[in-house]
Amino acid sequence: MSEPKIRIRGLTKRFGDKLVLDGIDLDVAAGSSMVVIGGSGSGKSVLLKCILGLIEPDAGSIAIDGRDILSLDRRAREAARADIGMLFQNGALFDSLPVWENVAFGLLAQKKVSRHDARGKAGEILAQVGLAASVGELSPAELSGGMQKRVALARAIAAQPDILFFDEPTTGLDPIMGAVIDGLIVDCVKKLGSTAIAITHDMLSARRIGDRAAMLNKGRIIWEGEATALMDSGNAMVDQFTHGRREGPIQMELRR
Amino acid sequence: MNALLDFVALLGRGLLGACQSTGRLVLFGLAGLSHIFRPPWYGRMFLRAFVQVGYFSLPVVALTAVFTGMVLALQSSTGLARFSAESAIASLVVLSVTRELGPVLAGLMVAGRVGASMAAEIGTMRVTDQIDALGTLQTNPMKYLVAPRLLAGMIALPLLVVVADILGVLGGYIIATLKLGFNSGVYLTNTLNFMQTEDVVSGLVKACVFGLLITLMGCYHGYTSRGGAQGVGSATTSAVVSASVLILALDYVITEAFFGR
Repeated sequence: MSEPKIRIRGLTKRFGDKLVLDGIDLDVAAGSSMVVIGGSGSGKSVLLKCILGLIEPDAGSIAIDGRDILSLDRRAREAARADIGMLFQNGALFDSLPVWENVAFGLLAQKKVSRHDARGKAGEILAQVGLAASVGELSPAELSGGMQKRVALARAIAAQPDILFFDEPTTGLDPIMGAVIDGLIVDCVKKLGSTAIAITHDMLSARRIGDRAAMLNKGRIIWEGEATALMDSGNAMVDQFTHGRREGPIQMELRR
Repeated sequence: MNALLDFVALLGRGLLGACQSTGRLVLFGLAGLSHIFRPPWYGRMFLRAFVQVGYFSLPVVALTAVFTGMVLALQSSTGLARFSAESAIASLVVLSVTRELGPVLAGLMVAGRVGASMAAEIGTMRVTDQIDALGTLQTNPMKYLVAPRLLAGMIALPLLVVVADILGVLGGYIIATLKLGFNSGVYLTNTLNFMQTEDVVSGLVKACVFGLLITLMGCYHGYTSRGGAQGVGSATTSAVVSASVLILALDYVITEAFFGR
């Protein structure tokens, strides 16, 4: 079996007394999309932030292309991060900058494009997510939720990263716009040949985006399999979660 | 006995917490200052912060300075008249304004205006993941958000204080000549004779330190804010209160360093 693009072993993170990640083991094959599902507070966002280097884990290893990024010095880790694009839950667009500058921000930071050419380049990237170049002149506050998500996606793919992370990509969108965003994500990931990890509560979105899926509960991966098997996993916790049942082992644990 | 131990433990916890907070603030400040000297530099961010601190604070600082100079001349005339020393009004106004009131009042005004807005802006960026987003776009948030603001504060506030000094003296001059009947030429001569380089320099040093303090407090409280709108609100309040208190405390320290005998 070939080396996975991302290999996580024994990843542990604790905030005070709360154990958020409890020895996570996860492999993501190159060019595939992994969807991580789980309830609120199960550690999904923390997992992504650990891989991104925004949160320092307490223990474990995260290897990208066989290289343990946690053992790298700060500069090397920042360089490794340049290959990762991230779509944040609420877009996290920079309010003080126009849309085109948001999209071209990473390109300008990496000096992949001059300021003079950045506006045109941003227009091209906006077209990839179905937005007119004229949108680039607006400020993020003037956009609808769906447009903000598209701009955030454009920013994430602008530097053509090897790895893409999506944090709740359809949260707050209507079902049609959710489907549009999912479609754009699938298209972008395929076009770039990137490896993707998405975290979501939206089961429809999970099956649209993911090749494989994993479920996190109380900081542990309790199930992993094909995304198509999500609704019929044979795991009581996963089934309860994916079908949104009130009764089941997860609720039983909450009552204790 | 237990109550006493609990009280001592409470004091200890408070002291440790204060040390911890101070340590975090100092490390944050040093990290921010170190990025001023290391590339890449964000000229546009500096310019934006400079305009925010300097240009947009000009009206409030100017008005404060003029009225302070006017009040100072008026109040000192009634006080000095008791000792038949009205001729000292010019020297009192110029010394008070250049050494103390110019930098302190400009600092307090800017702390209220700029410190709050910086804390709110950076705090909002923190709670909406914009600071994390910067990190994923190969941009160090300390270098992009904090360093340009610190530099802008250290440069803009001394310039504002120069304006405040001039307008403060002008305020005193207006009252002295138009209301108190002083001869214009004599008043200006007295002002220039009593003003010394050391007075102006001490005021400008204070302004530079206050500029750093105001922007540091705004950035630190914004950067470390948590918990949505309420957290941003608390950060804004903390930035203004801590900057104002520190301005007054450090004013004494710097005055002691310059003029303590």
